Amino acid sequence: MKILVLISNVPDTTTKIRFTGDNKAFDATGVQWIINPWDELALTRAMELKEKGGVESITVANVGTKITEPTLRKALAVGADDAIRVDAEPLDAYFVAKQLAEVAKGYDLIMAGIEASDYNGSGVGGMLAELLEINSVSAVSGIDLTDGQLKILREIDGGTQTLEISTPVLTVVQKGIAIDPRIPAMRGIMMARKKPLKVVPAVEAETRTDFLSFELPAPKAACKMVEEDNAKELIRLLHEEAKVL
Amino acid sequence: MSVLVYTENWDGKFKKLSYEMVSFAAAIAKEMGSSLTALSIGHVADEELKSLGKYGANKVLNVQDDRFESLDNKALADAVAKAAEAEGAKVIIFAHNNEGKAIAPRLSVRMNAGMVSGVNGLPVSVEPFVVRKKLFTGKAFANIQIKTDVKVITFAQNSYEIVEQGGDVVIEAFDPQLSDDEFNTTVKETNKITGKVILTDAEIVVSGGRGLKGPENWGILEELAGLLDAGTACSRPVADEGWRPKEEHVGQTGKIIAPNVYFAIGISGAIQHLGGVNSSKIIVAVNKDPEAPIFEAADYGIIGDLFKVVPQLIDAVKEMKANG
Ligand SMILES: Cc1cc2nc3c(=O)[nH]c(=O)nc-3n(C[C@H](O)[C@H](O)[C@H](O)COP(=O)(O)OP(=O)(O)OC[C@H]3O[C@@H](n4cnc5c(N)ncnc54)[C@H](O)[C@@H]3O)c2cc1C
Ligand SMILES: Nc1ncnc2c1ncn2[C@@H]1O[C@H](COP(=O)(O)O)[C@@H](O)[C@H]1O
Repeated sequence: MKILVLISNVPDTTTKIRFTGDNKAFDATGVQWIINPWDELALTRAMELKEKGGVESITVANVGTKITEPTLRKALAVGADDAIRVDAEPLDAYFVAKQLAEVAKGYDLIMAGIEASDYNGSGVGGMLAELLEINSVSAVSGIDLTDGQLKILREIDGGTQTLEISTPVLTVVQKGIAIDPRIPAMRGIMMARKKPLKVVPAVEAETRTDFLSFELPAPKAACKMVEEDNAKELIRLLHEEAKVL
Repeated sequence: MSVLVYTENWDGKFKKLSYEMVSFAAAIAKEMGSSLTALSIGHVADEELKSLGKYGANKVLNVQDDRFESLDNKALADAVAKAAEAEGAKVIIFAHNNEGKAIAPRLSVRMNAGMVSGVNGLPVSVEPFVVRKKLFTGKAFANIQIKTDVKVITFAQNSYEIVEQGGDVVIEAFDPQLSDDEFNTTVKETNKITGKVILTDAEIVVSGGRGLKGPENWGILEELAGLLDAGTACSRPVADEGWRPKEEHVGQTGKIIAPNVYFAIGISGAIQHLGGVNSSKIIVAVNKDPEAPIFEAADYGIIGDLFKVVPQLIDAVKEMKANG
């Protein structure tokens, strides 16, 4: 089984968000870039499957400019065998999926995250599956592999389901797919330097959405405080003032 | 021309989310001067389908085909595409939940449509079509234009008021005519959690953090939740320690919820935690540390010992209920 893990390069989750030029663009000054947390967990699960046997190779792919290479190197250090970078600014989900469709052929299992933590698009995985005309499963919280057959655990409202599905398949993974992300070890970092990172040119593709402007949330009104020994007052406020109880 | 809204059912019933979505879709249809069609897949009785009319649906397409029970993403996207084509739909709306997120991106490719997910209010304008959504897990907003002729959006739950408006609704059987080989998902086993308020549906959520000290202390939170018909949630370390079931973990790496009230009890309010709850209408914090970041996100707060405060809250809720 050959696995492809899609890697989105995102600002560290504790980044203070700022915009520039009349709120028209994200201000990337001083930002620390990381592997999107869901993709990191997807890669972790792919590694676990490989260690159990039955996985031939794990490739990671990203659509991004040169600034994403440290993130891809980190994925190689965690344990991916090779990396592909499609050299383009990731303009919107459709554009990214079109680029990935060029490099995502020939894999049995493709793993995408449920959303990238920057634009929270929840789009690329499903779009790629449709472009490749392959099956997809979303809300995936577990993947197992026995004798070449995938067993997929999916979340449904108020429960879970175990599925079988033929390959090639794209899984959109979320909480539960792996517990703790793998951290690269020294040996992995050394080896990553020698692993192949292929840069491929972008293909012509349209964008279908435009980010017109960004905004920071309006400052919140101060928290209304109630005394510790007067908790009853809190319930009254919730009932009569906020009208939520 | 029409607007199409995908209305999922739960064992043959619609729920608040369905009516919220139809109300939202009806407002968009009105602004565009078009009609509103709802698409229902599964066994839903006519009476229940008719209820969608009360919130503004003009027509309901009713697909009854057991093969869709496996929720095969590809087949579902195909079925919605057929319905959208039949209706000449210009805007197609899903919920931003498991099912919507599974189908919408596939459908957008099928329909040559641009897609924006997690839209949290009416479009800023319909011509050009500009919508608003949260980014960076709630730390910012963006206005995004969809440039294509057909648009696909997913709607963030709890971001629109239900509007009853009455009106006639036509129910039509619809057969998307899919062949068997379009269905490739086989469900081997289904496990439903029963007897508990589903967290993502709950209007009130009572959530506990490490401040509770151990699983043996959860009784007071469960009692408060029970009195309020609330769901129970927890912070990540609490789930990691196994104090509470994993399904209860909320936050950036857990469930994302948007209840009317979120009670954060003994939770510090780390940024990753807030990412999962900051769409709640009202956040209430109980924490003994006045510097805890949760108070910056909260609307109401008590600085104090939760083991003293929660029992008082329980008594106050009992009293409120006794007074009707
Ligand atoms: C990549 C990443 C992803 C993460 N994702 C999530 C996530 O999805 N969800 C999540 O929750 N966390 C997540 N975290 C962890 C997060 O950073 C915090 O560590 C976590 O939320 C803290 O949990 P807590 O508030 O329960 O515990 P603590 O931070 O230990 O806070 C306990 C609080 O209880 C208060 N307290 C103690 N005793 C009492 C008492 N008797 N009465 C009243 N108050 C009391 C204390 O003052 C303190 O504020 C993530 C972290 C990382 C790095
Ligand atoms: N630029 C990108 N390159 C590679 N994969 C991506 C890229 N953007 C998004 N993805 C994948 O798609 C998932 C969902 O991202 P999004 O649709 O942007 O929220 C991510 O978790 C990644 O797995």
